[in-house]
Amino acid sequence: MTSALVHREATSDIETLEIGAWRAELLARAEAGLRPVTLYGRREGERIVLTAVHQNSGSLCVSRTSVEPARGYHELTTELPALHCFERELHEQFALRIAGHAWLKPIRYEGQDQAAMGSYPFYRVEGKEVHEVAVGPIHAGIIEPGSFRFTCFGEHVLNLEIHLGYQHRGAEARLLERDPRALAPWVETLAGDTSIAHCWAYCAAIENLAGHEIDPEIDLARAVALELERIAMHLAGLSGMSADLGFLPGASTYGRLRTTAINTTMRLCGSRFGRGALRPGGNGIQLDDELATLVRDNVELLRRDIALIDDCFLSARSVRHRLAGVGVVSTETALQLGVVGMAARSSGVEIDARLPARGVHDRYPISSCTEPSGDCWARARLRIAEIDASLAWLARVIAEPHGWKPQRTPLPALAPSQLAIAVVEGWRGEVVHCLETDAEGALVHYKVQDPSLRNWMALALAVRGNDISDFPICNKSFDLSYCGNDL
Amino acid sequence: MTIFRSLRVRLSQGKQFITDVRAAKPTGFRGLPRFAATACAPDCAACVASCPTGAMRLEPLSIDLGRCVFCSECVLACPEAKIEFTTEPRMGGTSREALVVTAAAEAQTQIRAHEAFGKLFKRSLKLRQVSAGGCNGCELELGATANVNFDLQRYGIEWVASPRHADALVLSGTLTRTMKDAVRLAWEAMPEPRFVVAVGACAISGGLYDGARGVERGFLDDVIPALYVPGCPPHPLTFVNAILDLLGVA
Repeated sequence: MTSALVHREATSDIETLEIGAWRAELLARAEAGLRPVTLYGRREGERIVLTAVHQNSGSLCVSRTSVEPARGYHELTTELPALHCFERELHEQFALRIAGHAWLKPIRYEGQDQAAMGSYPFYRVEGKEVHEVAVGPIHAGIIEPGSFRFTCFGEHVLNLEIHLGYQHRGAEARLLERDPRALAPWVETLAGDTSIAHCWAYCAAIENLAGHEIDPEIDLARAVALELERIAMHLAGLSGMSADLGFLPGASTYGRLRTTAINTTMRLCGSRFGRGALRPGGNGIQLDDELATLVRDNVELLRRDIALIDDCFLSARSVRHRLAGVGVVSTETALQLGVVGMAARSSGVEIDARLPARGVHDRYPISSCTEPSGDCWARARLRIAEIDASLAWLARVIAEPHGWKPQRTPLPALAPSQLAIAVVEGWRGEVVHCLETDAEGALVHYKVQDPSLRNWMALALAVRGNDISDFPICNKSFDLSYCGNDL
Repeated sequence: MTIFRSLRVRLSQGKQFITDVRAAKPTGFRGLPRFAATACAPDCAACVASCPTGAMRLEPLSIDLGRCVFCSECVLACPEAKIEFTTEPRMGGTSREALVVTAAAEAQTQIRAHEAFGKLFKRSLKLRQVSAGGCNGCELELGATANVNFDLQRYGIEWVASPRHADALVLSGTLTRTMKDAVRLAWEAMPEPRFVVAVGACAISGGLYDGARGVERGFLDDVIPALYVPGCPPHPLTFVNAILDLLGVA
């Protein structure tokens, strides 16, 4: 069994509700405390099939409806703000009428031309001394492109609107053009700094559709790769935050410790980003006695040296002064908006796909961390705590003997008329992949959801009421993916 | 006392920089591929069929590093075990043709040092990075070239915030339609003499997204890169060495 959270259902078993009944069901689920995981559409003839997925403690449940694009339905975002990005996406992808929605702006300019992108309807604030600051799409650093529009009163940010789509490659469509069992290289580049999480979600879903059970050691090796990725990217984030607030020991030391983490991944699979580490039906990960010793030594080095720089970072008044109370997302806002992953946990919301402990997380439990205050300080502290937790977990796993070799079993054909959903807790948050096969067992739909899609709005709200000069710190504290959103 | 905390960190840091960047071989890295001299099985095209980006060719057997994503599917597919990825990070070329590795070619792809580039930029080169459809793999590795391990600045090479200050435009990503105007603006904002470096399979050839719906690579039809740095993503050593090779730095 896989440690990813996987749900599979025959499409014939999923009742297609009338739109009114479907809306009522979504509202009832929210009332019952179920958490929306995704909502997406698929064109079927003249109609659009809408699929909503909720999480109920350790399991997922699906509900469906079918609508005509021109007729559409009345928006749910007012009552369920967590659905805001999904309804925008539905409108953009299918020209689906979503009556009453206040903010049907494009998510990523899918299928539209550049001219439309230039006329993005930014929110305006009127006032004599109100001014706008436009940043991007190209930023000053070595990062991905995206556009930010600040509406300011002096230094004070009244509103930030984030306009993405510059990274839209057409990745989801590409996933339907190839053999569904050979998509790993594409999946690894959906958001290339969280390759392991995306590839694990893909492998878990496709293995499930093919009816293939993987060996627990293969599953464990995947979890090891995932935690190494989490450690490396949290270190990269802390290094970036340190640089942005002018704390140079943090910038250089967290940066070089990240090198140790990604070089460990490289020793296991040949790539610093874990490319090739996971493949459907197996892994490309090797671990013999010699490598196990190296991993143990590296984990030991990381635990020792990270503790020193953490101590320095957390006790520096300049660091705390710049981070504490800046960029706050309250618990209430995080819950309402459906914020996920480390951003949610930094606002005191306990969401972690590793928590319904199955498989390796049952065998080797991992502690999930939360911070209550929701500010940049909380997000920095959370990343520090999660590095510690992942290193402690790795130390426990690697203390026991394991022998891993690159190996894979070719997968049989996919089961017909099935929907498979896989959720993996990447370092940013939950990565969700939804795959559907037709009556012949061909893959007809592949919906990818990076946690960034849901969390960008949280960054926009976090910056409100802050000084514009604190934006880089806020941005880095969320560390969201542009291409994961734009696909 | 903060100062003692800082000193402890500084002590733990030691010396992190790679002393000989030109000779360094990252252990475990999947780098420059090489072919065994044995013959292929008759009518076998397993490697070609396995390649996600069409980088493999037969007769003669070759691999285009401009398309290769170093996934090693071809290694697994080859019944003769002819293909091997070595740990050699030094790869690249000043033309697309120079990126094609065959069994006959030398083990290392050569970047010809260009006298004009050396003369202009050997002592000071400013780079402006623009990502257009990059997945943050290339971007992170390019950022890493400036960290304490690779320390690109030791050669007088620096990343700058504005194209106005830049000598070279370092492009990553497959070039999206939505970034078309921004890439051209950045290029036009750069003072002459200037050149383009294409980094990673995406920028060099479109890579995994060649021909995808959101991709438009027209800019690179007009402006031919002076340097190609292969990888998915390229190792920081691949990038640093490629730049040094172009400039003729020993």
